[in-house]
Amino acid sequence: MSKYILKRVLISILTLSAIIFVLFLMLDFMPGSPFNDEKLTAAQKALLYTKYGLDKPFFVRFLKYLGAMMKGDLGNSYVLNKNKAVADMLKGPLGVSIRVGALGMLLGTVIGLSLGIAAALKHNSWVDTLCSIVSILGVSVPAYVFALLLAYFVGFKLGWIPILYNSKKVAASFIGPMIALAMSPMANVSRFTRSEMIDVLGSDYILLVQAKGVRQKDLILKHALRNTLIPIITIMGPILVNLLTGSMVVEKVFGVPGIGTMMVTAIQSNDYNVTIACAFVYSAMYIVMMLIIDILYGVIDPRIRVAKEGS
Amino acid sequence: MADTYEKHVPIIENDYDPEDFVFVQENVRLKDKVYKQTSFLKDVWTNFSKNKGAVIGLIIISVVIFMAIIGPMISGRTYYTQDLANQGLPPRMPGLEKLGIMNGYEYGRNIYAEKGLDNVYYWFGTDTLGRDLFTRVWEGTRISLFIAFVAVIIDIIIGMSYGLISGYFGGKVDMVMQRFVEILNGIPTLVLVTLLGLVLPPGMSSIIFALMITGWIGMSRISRAEVLKLKEAEYILASRTLGAKHFSIIFKDILPNIFGQLITMAMFSVPSAIFTEAYLSFMGLGIPAPAASLGTLISDGYKSLTVHPYMIFSAIIVLALLMLSFNLFADGLRDAFDPNQKH
Repeated sequence: MSKYILKRVLISILTLSAIIFVLFLMLDFMPGSPFNDEKLTAAQKALLYTKYGLDKPFFVRFLKYLGAMMKGDLGNSYVLNKNKAVADMLKGPLGVSIRVGALGMLLGTVIGLSLGIAAALKHNSWVDTLCSIVSILGVSVPAYVFALLLAYFVGFKLGWIPILYNSKKVAASFIGPMIALAMSPMANVSRFTRSEMIDVLGSDYILLVQAKGVRQKDLILKHALRNTLIPIITIMGPILVNLLTGSMVVEKVFGVPGIGTMMVTAIQSNDYNVTIACAFVYSAMYIVMMLIIDILYGVIDPRIRVAKEGS
Repeated sequence: MADTYEKHVPIIENDYDPEDFVFVQENVRLKDKVYKQTSFLKDVWTNFSKNKGAVIGLIIISVVIFMAIIGPMISGRTYYTQDLANQGLPPRMPGLEKLGIMNGYEYGRNIYAEKGLDNVYYWFGTDTLGRDLFTRVWEGTRISLFIAFVAVIIDIIIGMSYGLISGYFGGKVDMVMQRFVEILNGIPTLVLVTLLGLVLPPGMSSIIFALMITGWIGMSRISRAEVLKLKEAEYILASRTLGAKHFSIIFKDILPNIFGQLITMAMFSVPSAIFTEAYLSFMGLGIPAPAASLGTLISDGYKSLTVHPYMIFSAIIVLALLMLSFNLFADGLRDAFDPNQKH
């Protein structure tokens, strides 16, 4: 087990360093410079370049950056917030993004699980049809289209939720992004739960449990659901990816001051360090979550661990 | 052993009359039923056509592709002509206008009548620059579909070769190739695509390139898994014994057998490519104006969502229909190619 975990952690670290390198490489090729003010003369620009160390060769800058990053120093912002440390700028938005994402994930998973179980129990009934419709819609319609529709119909026409983020009504402002983000997890979880649950309910051990005279509630929650959950952990990876990427656009639609909005603003104003930091945060979150899921899956199902160790 | 056997199995007296038995099928002449031979593709089609959702998906895809081709031609307008006098006109369609929908009314006023355009029909309305949305939506659909198809075809070629080689040779080759995939896969696609969109000059080929960078990974996984299954098969052994070269085993013996899975995977990739393109446009990294894709239309419409909602809805409906029908179609295709597979 420890060998398996060690291997996964090593690969994750390698991936993370590869990402930092790729990010740095790309930003180096990016057109434009952080100092776009037309009033600046060439000499002034050269001075600014020297001040921020942008005139050094590529590898020197990269190594300097990597070294700083290990210490948790993500550099300073050039444009958005002059000379403010990026790490400080990220703190607030990161919290907001994680909160919105986690709420969406929670809402989607809970509704998806209940819908999937209900559909499996009432096979071929209206609940089953509803489950199929929800899963098809949620998989096919991108999160930001949901966000736009929610913003227009529920936010603008009905006036139930704020169209744009309102720092005075934080809880109400979270409802729109939360529902838009919940659609994809809901669709995937309900689809998977339904098919797994139908499989499990048809198995011999459930028949035995029924023969023992266990109550229906205990049968589902204690016996059937546990075995259903194992395969569902495998799809948590793709679901989280959808959620992360969805959050970038959904945040923009609702104007939520999270990492996604910050990254878009940074991209549009050529703020190198902020863009790199946002991309890094996204990648790091993604890698850590994938690592956790991999390890969790190895713990739950020993066959996976053995197969991966063997290869 | 004999003792225990006798202890446990009681001896049953067989005391039956022949009348106790009835001949089964006494009056039925047994004959082998010969089924008509069907080709593989016909088999696939039979399985596919049983799936209602998939057939509906195929029909919608065909209609959308058909409209994407002829839409810009039948409108009689171009996607780039700006007519500032006609800006912000709501949808108006002959026939439908009598039913009270798409009749040129917005906020209770007939905008067409106010501007004195009694015999002018913009089926999906016009945008803020007075361009015909009907033409733009179908033109945009065409470009979105084109980008998606080209990206997916490149994905198939790269992913298929990568997966086939990695799976077939195994060992060290496989390990190195898989580590590379693992690291590339560790980078969130949209972050990579966004940064590429920033670095590359705006345009269609840049978007296709950005989509291609990570798109092939899924394809290579599928083909590798299939190769691992197939390469131990007897017919591959036979082929090798007869002296076939690696290249011919991979591409002549294995490839035809995994084509079904690859096509299914490709059909699943099309909607995700369309989505990624739309996402890029929404971030402001789409194809430059005046050309349009579904993504740029949505991101343009978003700016006037609360004032002229119709500007975004036609593009959103086409996008959602495309994504939905491609998913349904691919689902059906998967079942048709491999009816025994469990989902």
